[in-house]
Amino acid sequence: MKALSIQDLSKQYKSGVQALKSINFEVDQGDFFALLGPNGAGKTTAIGILTSLVNKTSGSVKVFGHDIDNALSLAKACLGVVPQEVNLNLFDKCINTLVNQAGFYGIPRDEAKKRAKYYLEQMGLWEKRNSNARDLSGGMKRRLMVARSLVNQPKLLLLDEPTAGVDIETRRMMWRFLRELNQQGTTIILTTHYLEEAEQLCDRIAIIDEGQIIENDSMLNVLKKLKKEVFILNVNQSLTKAPIIEGYETSLKSPQEIEVSILQSQGINEVFAQLDTLGIRVISMRNKTGRLEELFIDLTNNPPKETAE
Amino acid sequence: MSPQMISMFALMRKETSRVLRIWVQTLIPPGITMSLYFIIFGTLIGKRIGEMDGYPYMEYIAPGLIMMSVITNSYGNVVGSFFNAKIQRHIEEMLVSPMDETSIVIGYLAGGIIRGLFVATVVSFIALFFTELNIKYPLLALLVIIMTASVFSLAGLINAIFAKKFDDIAVIPSFVLAPLTYLGGVFYTVSLLPEFWQTVSRLNPILYMVNSMRYSVLGTSDIEIMDGLLMISGFFILLLSVAVYLLKKGIGIRD
Repeated sequence: MKALSIQDLSKQYKSGVQALKSINFEVDQGDFFALLGPNGAGKTTAIGILTSLVNKTSGSVKVFGHDIDNALSLAKACLGVVPQEVNLNLFDKCINTLVNQAGFYGIPRDEAKKRAKYYLEQMGLWEKRNSNARDLSGGMKRRLMVARSLVNQPKLLLLDEPTAGVDIETRRMMWRFLRELNQQGTTIILTTHYLEEAEQLCDRIAIIDEGQIIENDSMLNVLKKLKKEVFILNVNQSLTKAPIIEGYETSLKSPQEIEVSILQSQGINEVFAQLDTLGIRVISMRNKTGRLEELFIDLTNNPPKETAE
Repeated sequence: MSPQMISMFALMRKETSRVLRIWVQTLIPPGITMSLYFIIFGTLIGKRIGEMDGYPYMEYIAPGLIMMSVITNSYGNVVGSFFNAKIQRHIEEMLVSPMDETSIVIGYLAGGIIRGLFVATVVSFIALFFTELNIKYPLLALLVIIMTASVFSLAGLINAIFAKKFDDIAVIPSFVLAPLTYLGGVFYTVSLLPEFWQTVSRLNPILYMVNSMRYSVLGTSDIEIMDGLLMISGFFILLLSVAVYLLKKGIGIRD
């Protein structure tokens, strides 16, 4: 059974905007699935339909086999959701936010209190349990929303840009936590603008643009489609112009930094060999941008005709 | 207990504890407002009016003032709480959960009823400083308060469902609720009005609520008590059906 099965899903808002144009994709149980796309691509609309916050125009959605048209409550019971925008009751205590949410899922109060304590501790918020949500920092609010999404111990967790606006330390902490959760069997669907986040965490990926799925494959296969990568090489001497490396495009980023474009078919060893003969030693290197970011820009600027619907 | 019952009780608990948590906003203002009504209309002006329908004016208006507080506060409680949940978007906590629409309606209804009951108690206590309040039919009075609070909680909920901005939750209380309440026989018996306006007054649902309460307290009324109870019950069923239908359709809460 698939954790999520979406078929011919379309959404047209009253304003006439066609947010989703008959999209299809499936998510297997246990996947860590990235749903990527530029702003306004339809990611949040898709998440909204899954959680019944947005009414679909047509198509079908099944969550662990439960069709949202005729078994919505069963489908919802499988879901946890962290929305993009803060949607906390700002005047409620953190502990009450979780206990109430568990109550809405039909979890008895004693059990709800235990779970609230556990997930607040997991998110490093137990000390803040009696604080109102409005008194929390932006990062803490995000963590509170993650904790809230887990009180019903969902089989499928939907995270709509969960780390937007949080500091690096918090983001890494949340990454660790989400990895563990996924390893324990929770299926996770993540939308994010931090493509490094998707590359680090997810094993499958779908890219959505202008309401259509333009890529849907394993992370490994998607990254294989990357035609070229751009590396920045730090070298041991100051240069006045970019060295000529036969077969490669080079430019000088700064006196000690060379930018090299490398096609996937070429490999990188030849670059080191040629630089060595020029007496230039490479001290360190890094990607100019994330590999996924390169591909994302490539795909969303030039969607492949054969996959665009 | 079934999961649906648990979720309904969770919301009922949340909404009723909200009334007590912000008691300065929910219980004190109606106490102050009604004290002023008792002082001005009861003590200062009332003495010059003398009797109304055979009762001292202060005693005559007390049930109406209690009902007036119940109406405005149960309405205000639900319209405020639900609209805030919409604006802050924490209504999504309920919408993404498996709890059904009837449970959501009953949860908010509980908050409105509790506030109505508390306010009725506060205003009744204040009334004792100004007049005697020998309640003739206490259980009937309790029933009328609960039923009226239910009707106006549902009305507040429907207002909040449609409201898109803060103005939208102020318009109905100012332009509909207040005139209907003041013309609903709180301060006078409709028998004083010309026949035409008596007939018009009978189209006002608040007339039935105020007079049902007056009957419960004094034993006198402009309407038959059964007519009053039937009218309140009819409005309750109608508004309950509308509220559940709107939530099921997602009007005002789903895109």
